Amino acid sequence: MTTHVPAHPGALRTRPGILARREARPYLHPYLAGILLGITLFLAFFLSGNGLGASGGMNRLLVLVEDTIYPEHIDRTAYLSSLAGGDRNPLDSWVVFVTIGVVIGGFASGWINGRIKLETVRGPNTPIRVRWVMAFLGGVLMGYGARLARGCTSGQALSGGAVLSVGSWAFMLAVFAGGYAFAYFMRKLWN
Amino acid sequence: MTPFPLPLDQLFGHYGQYIVYLIIGIAFGVSLELAGFAQSTKLAAQFYFKEMTVLKVMFTGIVVAMLGVFLATGLGLLDYNLVYVNPTYLWPGIVGGLVMGVGFIVGGFCPGTSLVAAATLKIDGIIFALGAFFGIFVFGETVGLYEDFWYSSYMGRFTLMDLFQTSTGVIVLAVVIMALGAFLMAEFSEQIFGKSLISRQPRWRVGAAAGALALGIGVLAIGQPDNAARWRMLEAEKQPLLDSRAVYIHPGEVLQLMNDRRAQAILLDVRDEADFNLFHIRDARNVQMDELIPLAVDLREEPANTVFFVMSNDEQRATEAWKILVAESLINVYIVEGGVNNWLDTFAEADFKTANLLTDVQSDSLHYTFASALGERSTASAPNPDAFEALVFEPKVQLVGKRGASGGGCG
Repeated sequence: MTTHVPAHPGALRTRPGILARREARPYLHPYLAGILLGITLFLAFFLSGNGLGASGGMNRLLVLVEDTIYPEHIDRTAYLSSLAGGDRNPLDSWVVFVTIGVVIGGFASGWINGRIKLETVRGPNTPIRVRWVMAFLGGVLMGYGARLARGCTSGQALSGGAVLSVGSWAFMLAVFAGGYAFAYFMRKLWN
Repeated sequence: MTPFPLPLDQLFGHYGQYIVYLIIGIAFGVSLELAGFAQSTKLAAQFYFKEMTVLKVMFTGIVVAMLGVFLATGLGLLDYNLVYVNPTYLWPGIVGGLVMGVGFIVGGFCPGTSLVAAATLKIDGIIFALGAFFGIFVFGETVGLYEDFWYSSYMGRFTLMDLFQTSTGVIVLAVVIMALGAFLMAEFSEQIFGKSLISRQPRWRVGAAAGALALGIGVLAIGQPDNAARWRMLEAEKQPLLDSRAVYIHPGEVLQLMNDRRAQAILLDVRDEADFNLFHIRDARNVQMDELIPLAVDLREEPANTVFFVMSNDEQRATEAWKILVAESLINVYIVEGGVNNWLDTFAEADFKTANLLTDVQSDSLHYTFASALGERSTASAPNPDAFEALVFEPKVQLVGKRGASGGGCG
């Protein structure tokens, strides 16, 4: 397992490997990447009327697994039943396909730009295992919070923000507020 | 009719439409990866003011998409009513957002970016995504404990235009200006806390900012279509339905649908309250003409098997109401043929009709007198469908499927 800590994250260089045969290209300028993201989001609304999403698709994939293992539990829990109760198929939703697309698109772009690399990205002074534990804990909080807020950064902040939903803007401010308020306690993890 | 959003399920089939979503997802994944969002250190740097990539990418994305959406709606290409606007559940959203903010700085990703990180084999991304799955699992198991809170502070489709009581153009322009201000502050912050100098940033971004500002002013200048303008866009397509009387439904068919379990009939009575109090059909809602547009926001949320019937004393006012509702993108809207007068002609008892028929009537007024305000206590309010099986009419109602937003941004 390679654990390469980039001296400066923006100027990441990968060593030749099985998956990346050439040097990693630099990332796109943030504003350009943002314009690309904005055009994608606009086309999503323009063509389908729906925005983007990620955690919703993850939710439904998870419910599919639960429904396979323990269908009675799904049928008894009101919230889960609305997704996969009876003969409902939890994958029968647009957001599942957007989510699968994100994984494919992420991989394709990483492949083309030589950025596929098995590694743990972490702060310069953070032991690898600490980073793993914190990644898991952060993931749990994110997953829980995203369902509580009925959407993640993609489905609420980006999508709802662009079509001017009040709840989405309040949510977005709350995410930044939560991050900045807690950043001090995590400063050793990242710096 | 606005051509967009497309009726994807009708064009490609129920499962075929998902190919479009898959392509949208791929473009989304590519954008996130190109921005460097597979790199947790890049995301976390946002919260130490060193590298403001998260803010720049997110707000640029929001501004570009917003300008596109509201230029398209302003030009009549896209119907904003059919675009999904996340419903506001204020406090669950804020609490969830705070929890996510903490999760962001602890774990270094949000759900979407962790998927991209996992796809590019970042081990921290894979572990984060597994954690997110576990968090989602725990939520599914625990939301039952505080469901009241989860459904609290519901405000429905509530936009910044509603909040500030101003036009779409003003809000759009304000968001553009705010975003540009935030970018300026972000660049200063990077110069102070990070290592990137503003002077070494590319020049084109100034042009892009000017372009965004110009488009924002453009949105303000063209405005958004009001109900009358929306009707004019639809007139060529919908006026023939009135002229051919295709949407005027015989009271017998209305009664049939009221008693059909496969459909939900919603009766909208647009007469004055006084007439409504004298007599109305059971479960009809009394709605005044100026209440129709705000009501349409809620009516659009009704399930796809809903059929709406508007009625007045005869057909005049109901036809105007029909135009307003159809222009507000409501589907499956019909008019009760001959209005309440025809309903009474059809279903009231013979004695009542001979005793109470008025001879001298004005247009769109009630043709019968009532000794007291019966409301829906009259037998004609809820006729027994079995007693009127002999009624002859040509069935006209055809339920059409919804297009556009299929609910749940992350649903």
